[in-house]
Amino acid sequence: MFTIIPNPQAKPIDAKFGDKDLIRRSASSITPVAQRQPEVAKLIDVSKCIGCKACQVACLEWNNLTEEVGVNVGVYDNPHDLTPNTWTLMRYTEYENPESGNLEWLIRKDGCMHCEDPGCLKACPAPGAIVQYSNGIVDFVKANCIGCGYCIKGCPFNIPRISKVDNKAYKCTLCSDRVAVGQGPACQKACPTQAIVFGTKDEMKKWAEKRITDLKSRGFKNAGLYDPPGVQGTHVMYVLQHADKPNIYAGLADNPRISPIVELWKGGTKYAGLALIGLTAAFGFLHHIVAGPNRVTDHDEQEAKRLAGK
Amino acid sequence: MTNSWTDIKNADVVWIMGGNAAEAHPCGFKWVTEAKAERGARLMVVDPRFNRSAAMADHYSPIRSGTDIAFLSGVINYLLTNDKIQHDYVKNYTNVSFLVKEGFGFEDGLFTGYNETSRSYDKATWQYEMGPDGFVVKDETLSHPRSVYQIMKKHFSIYTPEMVERVTGSPKDKFLKVAEWAASCSTKDRTMTIMYALGWTQHSHGAQNIRCAAMIQLLLGNIGVPGGGINALRGHSNVQGITDIGTLTASLPGYLAMPIDGEPTLESHLTKRQFKPIQANQTSYWQNYRKFYVSFLKSMYGAKATKENDFGYQYMPKLDLAYDVLRMFDLMHQGKTSGLICQGFNPLMSVSHAAKTRAALSKLKFLVSMDPIETDTARFWENHGEFNPSDPAKIQTEVFMLPVTSFLEEEGSFTNSSRCVMWKWPAADPYAESRKDVEILSDLFIRIKKLYEKDGGKGVEPLMAVDWNYKNPHDPSADELAKELNGKALVDLTDAEGKVTRAAGQQLASFGEMRDDGTTDGVQWIYTGFYGPNGNFAQRRDNSDPSGMNVFGSWGFSWPANRRILYNRASADMQGKPWSDAKKYVLWDGKRWGGADVPDFVPTIPPERGTMPFIMNPEGVSRLFAAPMADGPLPVHMEPFESPVANLVFPKLKGNPVARVFKNDMEVFGNAKDFPIVATTYRLVEHFHFWTKGVQKNAVTQPEFFVEISEELAREKGIKKGGMVRVWSNRGEVKGKAVVTKRLKPFQIDGKTVHQIGLPLNFGFIGETKKAAPINSLTPFVGDANAQTPEFKAFLVNVEPIAGPVA
Amino acid sequence: MASTEVAPGDAVHRGPQVTVDRYTRGARINHWITAGSLVLLAISGLALFHPSLYWLTGLFGGGPNTRAIHPWIGVVLFFGFLGLFIRFWKLNLWERTDNVWLKKIKDVVTSNEENLPEVGKYNAGQKLVFWSMSILIILLITSGLVIWEQYFGQYFTVEQRRLAVLIHALAAVAAICVWIVHVYAAIWVRGTISAMTQGRVTGGWAWRHHRKWLRELVSGK
Repeated sequence: MFTIIPNPQAKPIDAKFGDKDLIRRSASSITPVAQRQPEVAKLIDVSKCIGCKACQVACLEWNNLTEEVGVNVGVYDNPHDLTPNTWTLMRYTEYENPESGNLEWLIRKDGCMHCEDPGCLKACPAPGAIVQYSNGIVDFVKANCIGCGYCIKGCPFNIPRISKVDNKAYKCTLCSDRVAVGQGPACQKACPTQAIVFGTKDEMKKWAEKRITDLKSRGFKNAGLYDPPGVQGTHVMYVLQHADKPNIYAGLADNPRISPIVELWKGGTKYAGLALIGLTAAFGFLHHIVAGPNRVTDHDEQEAKRLAGK
Repeated sequence: MTNSWTDIKNADVVWIMGGNAAEAHPCGFKWVTEAKAERGARLMVVDPRFNRSAAMADHYSPIRSGTDIAFLSGVINYLLTNDKIQHDYVKNYTNVSFLVKEGFGFEDGLFTGYNETSRSYDKATWQYEMGPDGFVVKDETLSHPRSVYQIMKKHFSIYTPEMVERVTGSPKDKFLKVAEWAASCSTKDRTMTIMYALGWTQHSHGAQNIRCAAMIQLLLGNIGVPGGGINALRGHSNVQGITDIGTLTASLPGYLAMPIDGEPTLESHLTKRQFKPIQANQTSYWQNYRKFYVSFLKSMYGAKATKENDFGYQYMPKLDLAYDVLRMFDLMHQGKTSGLICQGFNPLMSVSHAAKTRAALSKLKFLVSMDPIETDTARFWENHGEFNPSDPAKIQTEVFMLPVTSFLEEEGSFTNSSRCVMWKWPAADPYAESRKDVEILSDLFIRIKKLYEKDGGKGVEPLMAVDWNYKNPHDPSADELAKELNGKALVDLTDAEGKVTRAAGQQLASFGEMRDDGTTDGVQWIYTGFYGPNGNFAQRRDNSDPSGMNVFGSWGFSWPANRRILYNRASADMQGKPWSDAKKYVLWDGKRWGGADVPDFVPTIPPERGTMPFIMNPEGVSRLFAAPMADGPLPVHMEPFESPVANLVFPKLKGNPVARVFKNDMEVFGNAKDFPIVATTYRLVEHFHFWTKGVQKNAVTQPEFFVEISEELAREKGIKKGGMVRVWSNRGEVKGKAVVTKRLKPFQIDGKTVHQIGLPLNFGFIGETKKAAPINSLTPFVGDANAQTPEFKAFLVNVEPIAGPVA
Repeated sequence: MASTEVAPGDAVHRGPQVTVDRYTRGARINHWITAGSLVLLAISGLALFHPSLYWLTGLFGGGPNTRAIHPWIGVVLFFGFLGLFIRFWKLNLWERTDNVWLKKIKDVVTSNEENLPEVGKYNAGQKLVFWSMSILIILLITSGLVIWEQYFGQYFTVEQRRLAVLIHALAAVAAICVWIVHVYAAIWVRGTISAMTQGRVTGGWAWRHHRKWLRELVSGK
């Protein structure tokens, strides 16, 4: 049966998590909470998704976003990419299965994966602009965002988008505002076929197992869960019919990890760079102490006078 | 739906054909995904396009638009030749053993009795052979050459898998897999559900498509059984409600018939419809027709309906013709219509042959548009360039736009495809100056009545006789109207012993309480019980399911009598025992019929009496051979009126031989030489019909009209993905972006390559989406021979790339 | 003899104290615009480079402003430096004596200039600063444009942007180091700063550090 998430309570309740419940905070050193809340996850079952885009609209509605009416460019994907307003997007792939000879229409809901090891957070230079709650949700804090776009470079899934209007970075929040009061994300609530389910990560893994068994019984022998270890797992997971080939799902990363370039930039370079600058300055300072200033002597002046003549 | 949405979860095989449930019914489709996930059900989809439902399917077979009968007849042939039928069910619960009169015949695609001039059948030879006892003659051995069984075997033998492939373009192996999966449900413990929608109805032979499906289900013993049924998915949240309530021109509420010319008295009307049983011990429920009719008339005319005046029957209009939508617009086009009130209707978009519709509207004196949104029809006179090439200077039609509240802003009920009546409460206040439809119509009624009272006029009696007894005559409340639909006792009703069973003024608990002597009223007998003495059951929101059979009997109210599966007596065998434990549903417990659902049967009739489950038929059983059909008692493969090939099974047949074609419309059918490409129209899940093109967020998700084209056709024509194409038929043209896709593939029809394209219908020239010409600029003006539903799903076009913005 | 070391505006003023014009007013303004923007860029850049320096964004009115201003200052720097480059590139062309000078770097740091070959307007160290800055600034402006999200983000792939941000960081660190060398040299070699403040140096300074230049100036007269 469905995991039924009750309707919101009429009375205000305390948020289940907030600033005091962080395990990571961008460009800041914090002491992570001692006791993590149960990790949550959204499970997207691609094999159940009919691509109706109700999740896209629910996301716009709940987050009070307005996207522009675009044009058709010869595909079903609309808009054509994630934008500062479109935080989730259906991507359609027509896949001809070489084994069965059958056509498959693979429809993947793209959006933030809420990595356990978030590259965006690692790359972010602004303290507190990106936080990770102990339940695993990675959230952008608009007030602290400076719009530098480093999160884009950090993200192994190419998710964040910078608004041209306010120059802030945007992406799916996993409806942290809803989850905080015991609700599931808006997309999950809107999904008519329960292709999107939400719960604790453990529950979702169990749910996925059942789905994978079902898919295997239908001949998808490589059906599996997409919870990539390269980013220490994600809090948005997929059930894929072909888990051995994530890339066929509109370019889902086969083995996502934070780019080594970003690791280098935010790891070694950060410290080595400052050290080098410090050393250079120190060298000058030391040289000055040891060698003293290089002064022009009277003799030099005389020589100059002599050379210049009358 | 014979069954219900939730019942789909009981299915072992789900077959979607002639519909695209995932696209057009995403919320209901969840029961398919549930059946798959929870029961391991298999889903098969047969459609010209690999659509969203196909994306979810375990098996997909393509089919050329308009050839469903050939495909389905192939399945029937497969079931008969491989003897994959549920014998006990078929033998007892269908007319398979009935004999058909001598003289019945079938040749070259035509049944006996065809009249070419009137394009109609004389059905005299299609009747059963009747015995001297007044009952039908049967041959239980099924060996008589005139038994329905033998007639069927002969009739369907031509639809071999090879023939199916030749005609429909479905590869033989794909077709056979469909047949095998269907056949797997001929056992007593397995059921298949069939889900269809306008992909079957919108053909000139639409009713016969559905006949085929019904026959398959009867052969498999899947009607009246959980997880079975033949399930029409209704395209609006309340379209079941509008047909129930009698807005079709030929019907009154509850599917009672509109009086026609030649039925001057109530008696003359009723005698034709109170069918007597033609087998012993049958119920033939329509014998109660008189009770429902009189109760309806009592609601309509109140105290003015008396026994002496035939309960006001004389006030009822008598139809000379069926004024279906095609007829209406044809008459309008002939200049015979003065005014049109469009209430929640956008005919410029939704009626065939938009150019004809536009011309027809231009001939009106006035047009009233009652709608929550500004419709394209209300702006038909405005010039929108190629999208709506009207010249306002030449159009004298006066247009009134009356803003009405949307369904979200008013109280009332919806009846969904499951026949489940559900109450809804307003979610928002009416927008700006909008008023409820009921208010506007009441206002109109009262004003017209006043004018007549003041000035007098001809034929005023029917208007004056209408009973308009509401607390506020200008605004009857939803509650009052609902109660009126249900009906009440007008006097104390007593049983045979004289005990009062229902006090005067009380609401009726079921249509069984209705009387034919004017002592009860009730507009809509099938709804009776939904607002009975215990209150408004449409408001029930109890999702408990004590039987575990996905019945949810305390949620809302399913007509009739809160029954979730129709003919559910058929879920048990002759002795009243369920066919299998897996499908235990309604059964005889030794004293009464009972079980998970409300039995579709008189609960006290014991199995021994031999009363059959199909109580609405005079036969008591279901019909494999159905004489009432206009175009034949058995389905015949008929090509659409516009077809890329001649009829390969019956070369002499052109379209449906009894479909009505108006003058001048035959001439604008296109031929396969100029228009070699098959086109079909359909909805997109991102939009709701023509409404949401005006809703910004829907427009974001599908912003622009497009044409779906196979890679092969694109290559042949030099069409690029995202490039502009022009599509034209013999009636008009549209332009749109090309979506070049693997999901459409050319067909091999009798050795010839036939291309098919897809045209989504949701776009127009008013709203947030990019402007587009109505898709019905292309469609032919012809309808189904039985229901007059226009043939939107199969017609001929041509296509070419044109210059335009390549995005 | 054709002058190879003298720039337009260079001149010797005789008197009780010989002074030499080294930089015109235009050159000095150009230099300080460049210098100022480089400093601002270093501060704002470092603020976004390491969290411990994020507080420096306060100098620019907070993080978003820092992010917004930094690339524009970069544009100023680029054009500023371009001006300097056009002015000075000829005199910074590498010569054989520069190799000799470099080989004797020990004498350079210990101020034993008498052991060094006579130096024209720029010594090899200055030329190195000039050329490394030229290269670094090209790297910085190019990579900077790639990561300038607001205007150019959409034109590059994420992978290109990742590479650019790394190059930008590395080049910036290098540029800051070069800048430190440049500034330190100006402080260490006393009498230098007046060249960029008042445009002139003493004859003795020129004799001591850029004798060839002085000779050519004198002889050119």
